[in-house]
Amino acid sequence: MTTLTYHAPRTREEAVALLAADPTAKVLSGGTDLIVQMRGGRAAPTAIVDIKNVSAMMSVLGNDGRYSIGAAMPCTGMLRDEGLCKAWPGVVEAANLIGSVQVRNRATMGGNLCNASPAADSIPALIAAGATVLIVGPSGIREVPVEQVPVAPGKTSLTAGEFVVEIRLPVRPARSSDAYLRSIPRTEMDIAVVGAGVSITLDEAGTCTAARVALGAVAPTAILVPEAGAALVGSKLDGAAMDAMAAAVRAACRPIDDKRGTAEYRTAMAGVLAKRTALIAAARAKGEA
Amino acid sequence: MSKIAVSTTVNGDPAEFLCDAGETLLDVLRGSLGLTGSKEGCASGDCGACTVMLNSQMVCSCLVLAVEAEGKSIATVEGVAEGSVLHPVQRQFLEHGALQCGFCTPGFIVAAKALLEVNPDPDETEIRYWLAGNLCRCTGYDKIVRAVSAAAAELRQDSKAQRSAA
Amino acid sequence: MNAPDPMSKYRVVGTRPVRPDGIDKVTGKAIYGPDFVAAGMIHGAILRSPHAHARIRSIDTSRAEALPGVKAVVTSADFPGQSAKIIAAGETSSSLRDIAATCLAHGKVLYVGHAAAAVAATTKAIAEAAAKLIVVDYEVLPHVIEVEDALAEGAPILHEHMITKGLDPAPDSPSNAANCLVMTRGDADAAMAGAAVIVSGHYRTVPVHQGYIEPHACVASWNADGQGQLWVSSQGHFDIRNQTASVLHIPSSDLRTYPLEIGGGFGGKTGIYLEPVAMLLSKKAGRPVRLAMSREDVFCGSGPAPGIVVDLTIGADADGTLKAIKAEFWYQVGAFCGSAVNSGMATLLGTYRIANAHLCGWDVVSNFPGTKAYRAPGAPQMAFALESCLDDLARKLDMDPLDLRLRNAVRPGDPGPHHVPHGAIGFVECLEAAKAHPHWTAPLGANQARGVAGAFWMNYGGPSTVSVALSGDGSVQVTTGSPDIGGSRASMAIMAAEVLQVPYERVRVAIADTASIGYSMVTGGSRVTFATGKAVVEAARKVEETLVTRAASLFGVAATDVEWRNGAAHCLTGESAGEHLTIGAIAAKAGQFSGPVSAEVSVNPLDYLPGFAVHICDTEVDPETGNVSIIRYTTVQDVGTAIHPDYVEGQMQGGAVQGIGWALNEAYVFDGNGRMENPGFLDYRMPVASDLPMIDTVMIEVPNPAHPYGVKGVGEAPIVPPLAAVANAVSRATGLPMRTLPLSPDRIWATIQAAK
Repeated sequence: MTTLTYHAPRTREEAVALLAADPTAKVLSGGTDLIVQMRGGRAAPTAIVDIKNVSAMMSVLGNDGRYSIGAAMPCTGMLRDEGLCKAWPGVVEAANLIGSVQVRNRATMGGNLCNASPAADSIPALIAAGATVLIVGPSGIREVPVEQVPVAPGKTSLTAGEFVVEIRLPVRPARSSDAYLRSIPRTEMDIAVVGAGVSITLDEAGTCTAARVALGAVAPTAILVPEAGAALVGSKLDGAAMDAMAAAVRAACRPIDDKRGTAEYRTAMAGVLAKRTALIAAARAKGEA
Repeated sequence: MSKIAVSTTVNGDPAEFLCDAGETLLDVLRGSLGLTGSKEGCASGDCGACTVMLNSQMVCSCLVLAVEAEGKSIATVEGVAEGSVLHPVQRQFLEHGALQCGFCTPGFIVAAKALLEVNPDPDETEIRYWLAGNLCRCTGYDKIVRAVSAAAAELRQDSKAQRSAA
Repeated sequence: MNAPDPMSKYRVVGTRPVRPDGIDKVTGKAIYGPDFVAAGMIHGAILRSPHAHARIRSIDTSRAEALPGVKAVVTSADFPGQSAKIIAAGETSSSLRDIAATCLAHGKVLYVGHAAAAVAATTKAIAEAAAKLIVVDYEVLPHVIEVEDALAEGAPILHEHMITKGLDPAPDSPSNAANCLVMTRGDADAAMAGAAVIVSGHYRTVPVHQGYIEPHACVASWNADGQGQLWVSSQGHFDIRNQTASVLHIPSSDLRTYPLEIGGGFGGKTGIYLEPVAMLLSKKAGRPVRLAMSREDVFCGSGPAPGIVVDLTIGADADGTLKAIKAEFWYQVGAFCGSAVNSGMATLLGTYRIANAHLCGWDVVSNFPGTKAYRAPGAPQMAFALESCLDDLARKLDMDPLDLRLRNAVRPGDPGPHHVPHGAIGFVECLEAAKAHPHWTAPLGANQARGVAGAFWMNYGGPSTVSVALSGDGSVQVTTGSPDIGGSRASMAIMAAEVLQVPYERVRVAIADTASIGYSMVTGGSRVTFATGKAVVEAARKVEETLVTRAASLFGVAATDVEWRNGAAHCLTGESAGEHLTIGAIAAKAGQFSGPVSAEVSVNPLDYLPGFAVHICDTEVDPETGNVSIIRYTTVQDVGTAIHPDYVEGQMQGGAVQGIGWALNEAYVFDGNGRMENPGFLDYRMPVASDLPMIDTVMIEVPNPAHPYGVKGVGEAPIVPPLAAVANAVSRATGLPMRTLPLSPDRIWATIQAAK
């Protein structure tokens, strides 16, 4: 029987030292993935580093229109920050589709990101939002785009001793908003068969000036589809632009058949959901929703 | 293997226990603390039968490490009634026949009480989505939703009565 | 809500008092299977097969035994040798060999999750670690899951001794077809040839799990004198005791078995999995042993319900009168033979008037856990085929689907599935109530449609033992041997209170262990309120008779001159005329008579009546995604008499929702190695609260004359119609046949795409 130790460091430096000292060590944030994996034998760390006591890990900070979300901030905690909900409704709603209320009271976007499931709900929304993450490690601090963190199912680009401390959302331009939708068989408590995050900016005439479209569960990691965003730019989200966007989305899909859906279904749904999500984001950008 | 000593508050009373690092809060509640009201239906956060309040937030105790409870307050189904006086949620579950086998009931009681603390007047959809993390296989949820709704009405009446008395 | 209905002919029957076990269950005090602790108890763990089909060459337990803290290791070599003798096992029967092999694999493992060995240790963690140290040398064999594959030429054979039963002449080689049953009525071919309209379909459902939230658990203690105790959460502790004692070759009475609260069963807790293994571990360890399943163990190691493949053809006259039915069907029963064929036949023949039928049913074994009863075992799958096919007929005839069913519904006196005429049944009343319900004519929106389906379920009676005893103060103790899963303690108290004309609160009900009351069959087959209830009424009447006799003696009159009324004996003649003695007053005088007042009654009633139901379901289908929303649902059922209406409605609602889950998303999904890919509640998608609307209930009371209060079983009929009710609604919403379950979004989407 392996022995397991538990650490609750107070500083980033302590946490980095603990993680660097033990290559099997796992970061504990909300625990909603890690504890299940440990129980099922899919994770067998010899050390757990609980990062919730590290300062600012469980806060939302707004600063000149930018937001910094502590990596251990529970999903439901974000609902209490009105400014964040107004600026990034798509990110907040994506994080608050994970699991149940019980789960979301613990689960975090940092954990969702580092668990690196292709079907994670918050990742497409964060990618669409153009979010970055702050990573600390033995060689210091680095900031990378969210989409560079997951590299394969269950694998991240983080190196030994590194962990995510903060998720950063950029300044929200005027007439701009985001949305996230997912396809699931039930109404709650499911893993996305497909997820679509869209962030969109309109000009005063309602013409799209910028758009980012990201997808979940259609490739080994959540993906940004630049062609899909480009298809919307310059349009008023008319049928032709939306069809072109959906076509770009479908073309980017590289899904698999599994217990949650067929590849064919996933590709088709990616197009359907991307359209629906874009319409919600646009309506929000116009202040209509 | 040396055990970790943890000091917490359980249902308002100080409680101390020894645990291994990998043990969950549910393991300890049901094991050394002898509080078997919280049930293990899945051990993966998918059924809600182990729902407890951790620092006033409802969580699946199977998804919390016992060591994380250090310095925190825990409320379980055993602490919902005040002595022998049932909470309105408990009473309305009984009045509405909102349980059959009863195994999921503790989780529903804790979750429903938590809902009414943040939303004293939930509509049917709000009740259903709040309770979506609690599986019940016997009732089809109909009577559970009605019981929670009735408990909400009763609590609103109580607080109205308290306000007018004050 | 709890006030008596002044129009009712009963005082207590039909009221909705709080159930006696309720407070324990809302406060967390009730002790379920995994909660029970025996003094000195240690913990077991089971090593389960990673292979769907493999021969066990050898098992090396030495490293596990050497681990500090390990107290016992057992394999099937520790079981006594088993014969093929058939014994009662819950609602069905099984051979001792299969029962034992379900608990610990003997010679071969037959599915991923099949128990291969077990350990007991001082902690659960040590036991689990020790289980991993057991080395099983497997010779992996090819496996089969689907019925067609299992029956194919050259398919791997699960049981080398299995010769298909029911074939004449008997085959000379083994196969995976366990059983074949043919039933004929009239001349189906001739009638079909003369039919104005013929509809047919090929239908398929996959295995689904009962999905109770409480995993299986037990505590076993084998004493030095060879006797033992078992604490079990089950649907019938007598049957658990009998099966366990049988495979251990000990007398049943040597195994005192205590019922714990049960967290749901639905048929899945009528057999044994853990109990004899825990007993053997306890025997070796000399300590009480707890064995408990994880959720994954429950999915991979306990019985789901069978899947089915059905070829069905129905012929009818132009006015919709059914002329003939032909069907061949195959139940996918898992690793051990356990017949659902009879129930499939009954579903096809018991619901509608059909004079001509040719039916051929097969049980086919394959490499997943042996299936167990699941609420109306075998019927929902077949009703899906029958009621879907009838809907096609209604469309073809441009006939209202309820009118079609009304035209053909069985009525009292019509032959039942086994030719015995139907008694006081209320199917027509249900169909008429459905037609009159506002739901049936409510407007529908875009992409919405309405489906309907009927149901028949035979129900059961069977043996029960009950005692009713008075305390000296006249309070009433009812003791039964029927585990209470859905509120039956309340209905037993209601019936005893009704007989004795005392308040409900004066009656307390306990479920006794096997040493404290005589045998009762499992809580299953919708039998407890009927059969155990009948025993309660009979025992209470005997108590009343004793009270009247004693009162007559005290009054100095004949018993015929005493009337029992309002919980008291009233003297009608003589010096004491007008006087009365309360139940308490008479009970207190037990010393003047032959002793305390009590009665024990054993019954075996077989005059039960079937249940009938009609469900109406509105669905909305998202044509772009294939997602289905259930937007309105109404259940109508002939309940006989509702003893406690809350728990009757609860059965109707719960059954409907289990059926909705079966229709929409529940399924065993196997990978290419025969491993279940979704053995948890995340991906085995049972309905959650937000998936559902309120489930409206309409109780139709057509009393069963054979029960003192008219009871009919109500627990199973409600799961029979929903599969077809949902499928028919989706089919009408999309204009496409929906003949394979589950109707998951990707399947519906693919069906829509294929039709484009």
